[in-house]
Amino acid sequence: MQPLGLSIGVWVNALLTLCILSFLYKDNPFFRFAESLFAGMSLGYYIGIVTVQTLQPNLIRPLGETFFGNHNYLLLIPMALGIMLYFRYIPRISWLSRIALAVYIGYYVGVLMMQKIHGQVIPQTRDTIMPVTTGGIDALWNLVVIIGVFSVLVYFYFSVEHKGVVGKVSRVGIWFLMISFGASFGYTIMARISLLMGRFSFLVNNWIRPMFGS
Amino acid sequence: MRRICLSMLAIMVILVAPHLAYAQDSAPLPVAGLEAFDTPSDDGSSVTLRWEAEGNVPADVMRSTSRSGEYEVVGEAETADGIYRDVTVELGVEYFYALAFMTGDGTVMTEAAGPAAAKSNWFRHGRKNTLVATFVMFALVVIYVTIARRGKELYVRKIAGLNAIDEAVGRATEMGKKIFYIPGIMSLSEIQTIASLSILKYVAKMTAIYGTSIEVPNKDPLVFSAARETVKQAYMEAGKPDQFKEEMVTYLTYDQFAYAASVTAKMVREKPATNFMIGSFFAESLILAETGQAAGAIQIAGTADVTQLPFFVTTCDYTLLGEELYAASAYLSREPVLLGSIKAQDVAKAILMITMATGIVFLAFKTDIIVRLLETR
Repeated sequence: MQPLGLSIGVWVNALLTLCILSFLYKDNPFFRFAESLFAGMSLGYYIGIVTVQTLQPNLIRPLGETFFGNHNYLLLIPMALGIMLYFRYIPRISWLSRIALAVYIGYYVGVLMMQKIHGQVIPQTRDTIMPVTTGGIDALWNLVVIIGVFSVLVYFYFSVEHKGVVGKVSRVGIWFLMISFGASFGYTIMARISLLMGRFSFLVNNWIRPMFGS
Repeated sequence: MRRICLSMLAIMVILVAPHLAYAQDSAPLPVAGLEAFDTPSDDGSSVTLRWEAEGNVPADVMRSTSRSGEYEVVGEAETADGIYRDVTVELGVEYFYALAFMTGDGTVMTEAAGPAAAKSNWFRHGRKNTLVATFVMFALVVIYVTIARRGKELYVRKIAGLNAIDEAVGRATEMGKKIFYIPGIMSLSEIQTIASLSILKYVAKMTAIYGTSIEVPNKDPLVFSAARETVKQAYMEAGKPDQFKEEMVTYLTYDQFAYAASVTAKMVREKPATNFMIGSFFAESLILAETGQAAGAIQIAGTADVTQLPFFVTTCDYTLLGEELYAASAYLSREPVLLGSIKAQDVAKAILMITMATGIVFLAFKTDIIVRLLETR
């Protein structure tokens, strides 16, 4: 016999799962209810998470300490930028919100550019430089990888029209892309089916079977 | 009395003898030449210890703020490693270090090394190649943007998915139905989202010109804000500011699957003529694209997330693959700045291909100089 609280939780969980799954038949009031509940609750939860895990430890608490001798006044800048985002609701000074957005975007473009070059472009270039004259199956696979990288790069070369030799090489690139997409598709579908099985397992083992005492 | 003194002396000799023997004949310590120094090219968060190993035994890393002071254990090391990084230091504080070993005779410590203090460095010398690559990329962009601004025509090849945008907007106009534009689920920290907003501007401008209804449902609050600005700007540039309505750009929720559930429900209820799904997507991609297809919409997708591209390829009419997404905004707007950037990226790709080809040829001649130049730390 499950405790009452747990039992209610399982019932709510199971019924909401069924409400969501009912969308597979067609749009209906049960789905609409579950959808609205899901969206509303997740948004409220997110606001709580941001307040407790982001704003409090990174801004509110350090700022409080600032006024008690820690002198971390630099925090006032991100706070001002954050507040400026809300100026868009005041038509007279709504342009100020664009400054905050520009700072945010500019910062991330700069940071990401370095990250991509350091973390992806250079390591991938290095790892593509592989021996192809050693003989054996490894050399063959290395050659396949090298052909794949070069042909895909040619496909993503935008300055020349894809015809003649460039067209043929880029077509090889598309084949490589599609083969990798196929593998990725199969792999992800397997993961999704395992998620579906998990949900059905919950319905059967945690909801239906306890109802019949098994 | 004399006998008692002699007995005590004998007992003392018996007790002290092994230690005297260790002092005289003890095996050499398993390390030599211990040195402590500030870790080069770091942010001042560590001190490095280095030694020459003569055997492999576990050792305690001991630290003190004075040479003859009390030492405390700050970590463990294997002597064969020859190196240890103490990341528990405070910036600018001088420390002395020693290694301690357990022997049959108790704990034995090496001579103290130091003082060493952690300091933050301006440059990370192991990343010189990143610096050079960044400057090269930067220079290429500046050069090609300048060329484009001077009026030189820069060629960008046709991208199939983009040519379909006009057709997709036209279809929605003829059917009198809505267009959904989904800018992905990531924030503005994701470059795909920024590229998506550029395409949104083009699409919104077209809907403004043709008087077609558009809706942009959002997951991220900042993207919501930026998308609203983008659509508003597009309507102003199209000369139809009065047609812009704030309801065109809506905020749903921050949860990934709650967002997916809301958007799919909207697709089923409102039956849009066209869906654009351009930006950064994760597991919700197939849910959105599959529902859109079942709702009978023409779909144009674009993402650089390799794991999600297969789903868009299988369920959408046109898909912008990876970098085509970034090239799209340049192709659509024909703005010199964006076209110059695309051209610079192409030159960078050519440089990478030449580098790889040269590296492969060098490897064939047993020279790995290019590989070593590309080492990242």
